[in-house]
Amino acid sequence: MPTGTHAAARSGREHKLPGVSARDRDAEAVRLHVVTGKGGTGKTTVAASLALALAAGGGTVLLVEVEGRQGIARLFGTRPLPYEERPIADAPGGGRVCALAADAESALLEYLEMFYGMRRAGQLLTRFGAVDFATTVAPGMRDVLLTGKATEAVRRRASERRRGGRDAGGGRHVYDAVVMDAPPTGRIAQFLNVNAEVAGLARVGPVHNHADKAMSTLRSAQTAVHFVTVLEEMPAQETVDGIAEIHAAGLNVGSVIVNMVHSGFFDEPVLREAAEGSVDTGALVRGLKAAGLEDAEETAHGLAQEMSEHAQRASAEAAIRARLDEVDRPRMELPLLGGGVGPEELHLLAERLREQGL
Amino acid sequence: MSAGGLGGRRPASASAFDVDALLSDRGTRTVVCCGSGGVGKTTTAAAMGVRAAELGRDAVVITVDPARRLAQSMGLRELDNTPRPVDLTESGRAAMPGSLHAMMLDMKRTFDEIVEAHADAERARQILANPFYQSLSSSFSGTQEYMAMEKLGQLRESGGWDLIVVDTPPSRSALDFLDAPERLGRFLDSRLIRILGAPPATGAFKVLGAGVGMVTSVIAKVVGAQVLKDVQSFVSAFDAVFGGFQERAERTYRLLQAHGTGFVVVAAPEDDALREAEYFIERLRTDRMPLAGVVLNRVHRTAVPGLSGPDAAAAAAELEQAGDHGLAAAALRLYAERARVRDREQWLMGRLAANHPDVPAAEVPAHPVDVHDLAGLAEIGRALGRA
Repeated sequence: MPTGTHAAARSGREHKLPGVSARDRDAEAVRLHVVTGKGGTGKTTVAASLALALAAGGGTVLLVEVEGRQGIARLFGTRPLPYEERPIADAPGGGRVCALAADAESALLEYLEMFYGMRRAGQLLTRFGAVDFATTVAPGMRDVLLTGKATEAVRRRASERRRGGRDAGGGRHVYDAVVMDAPPTGRIAQFLNVNAEVAGLARVGPVHNHADKAMSTLRSAQTAVHFVTVLEEMPAQETVDGIAEIHAAGLNVGSVIVNMVHSGFFDEPVLREAAEGSVDTGALVRGLKAAGLEDAEETAHGLAQEMSEHAQRASAEAAIRARLDEVDRPRMELPLLGGGVGPEELHLLAERLREQGL
Repeated sequence: MSAGGLGGRRPASASAFDVDALLSDRGTRTVVCCGSGGVGKTTTAAAMGVRAAELGRDAVVITVDPARRLAQSMGLRELDNTPRPVDLTESGRAAMPGSLHAMMLDMKRTFDEIVEAHADAERARQILANPFYQSLSSSFSGTQEYMAMEKLGQLRESGGWDLIVVDTPPSRSALDFLDAPERLGRFLDSRLIRILGAPPATGAFKVLGAGVGMVTSVIAKVVGAQVLKDVQSFVSAFDAVFGGFQERAERTYRLLQAHGTGFVVVAAPEDDALREAEYFIERLRTDRMPLAGVVLNRVHRTAVPGLSGPDAAAAAAELEQAGDHGLAAAALRLYAERARVRDREQWLMGRLAANHPDVPAAEVPAHPVDVHDLAGLAEIGRALGRA
């Protein structure tokens, strides 16, 4: 997937990670793919397809959801996912996708245990409702914990001992890529801008350090935020606005993925006329008769009506495409799958993403 | 394209949701539109407002974060918490028996107003300046929902409105707006916040033992000592107004259950949206909230009821093989693709109807283009009314 590097440059930091070995042939490659989109655009479907596409050819990819919706489990037709990374699908060429349903509470407990060895304190916190409290008095904390979890998976290396959190360096990345099914477009900039979120609250201390670590990964060229949209006005507008916000936050925008694209059935002139309600029904009648369909006249009339609706949509879609053209980011398109999405369709969509240069 | 022009069949078991009857019933004082994000909830709320005005009601629509053009279509320019009159002359009808106002919710200002109403000037100043209050009132998850309900309570109590239509916020979970007032109340009244708010070494600490000290120290570590200090000063200042707060939240909750309120669950014929709708229907029932019906937006309908998708595809294949009648073949291909979408929608809506046969449903046909003017809203309102 192509990446923008200018935003990273703007952040004014060098990301020469210690211990990056020659095995990481391309340290600048995107390894954290954050997928956002307006509700109803198929964000989760695209995130899952993207994970499969990235794993194709033998990679290991982690697919993370952060909103407790169990959308991944539903897509893959499995039981609800725990707070645990576990394989969920195989990709062609020996690849593998693991999935994780992250939630702030578990992340906080894990974090306390990892950094403070405070297992007992964690249990107490849960009993007192303190986890809810902590994520409430510091609203940004919930986001920090979730982005922290995803960015930790990006940085994690095989030889690294998870407990203790030391960066042993040298080893291979456990995941070739991490794909995050992120919050919707309206909240994405706030969600990812973790430094700003905690800045007003925890002025010093471990949360701040945790946020800094997450932020350095999020701002690096290793992270790209992809926007899923459909060819409708509101989702497209939110995409344009969201991209501006992500840029302003100093993060990298990846691709715009246009989902649920209708096939093009007609030539431009036919479409133009149909949009104005003019369809050659005579030709339709002759065709329907040739195909041996009954009630050719009436059917032709109905088909003409559907054609003109389709053409009106297509012309509205063309205007929305033009609007998206103003966004200077790579664009990919995925077809409308009328019958709904299951594991089989995810593989098909993954294939389409690969064909488009992923 | 005329809204009801294409024939469609309702799933067998559910009855039709008579939106006109709901809106024209003078006993209906509040309509709450809820549902997951991206299903056209705000549009439905606005369309119901326009329809209510057509039916002779004096209605106000409370919207939360509407799309820019939808807001503009109703003459809304900013979040200002004040109902503004909507000029209905552009809705395509000469004489309008009722009227419509609309407002966009400013959640922070609504919160501030409650504080100001319940605290003396000095205490209110202290609370409003507290950093913890500022983050609570602008970003506590659920504050927006709480404030939407608070605003509803205010408008309802002011008595100036014949009908109030509320668009609920695009929550992470559809349940948020029912839970938020209680969640916020519970949070502010929780044992923990009491303990944290109390100066150390008072009774609470002794009774609860060493565990509390540990919890406090962990929280201080995690969120920072300064935050805890802010929380403590907030709690001591807020204590005086808290009773009033809790009481208002309970009053609003009871108002929602009362006769005169109708909940409308808005959904689109998509898997996730319908699952969320079912979840919501069940939740409203559990909470004994009056459910008026379900609105299904963007339903695709067929213009050729007698032709199945597979038949259309087979006919297209035949023509393509013969190599002529390209236009008819393409039209049949288009039809087959749309039929796939329709069949799935019908199947999904049938699932909802089968699981909730007693919940009436109304369908709004999919429009080829987005709605963003009053005429479009009025058309949707009428399509709802005819269902």
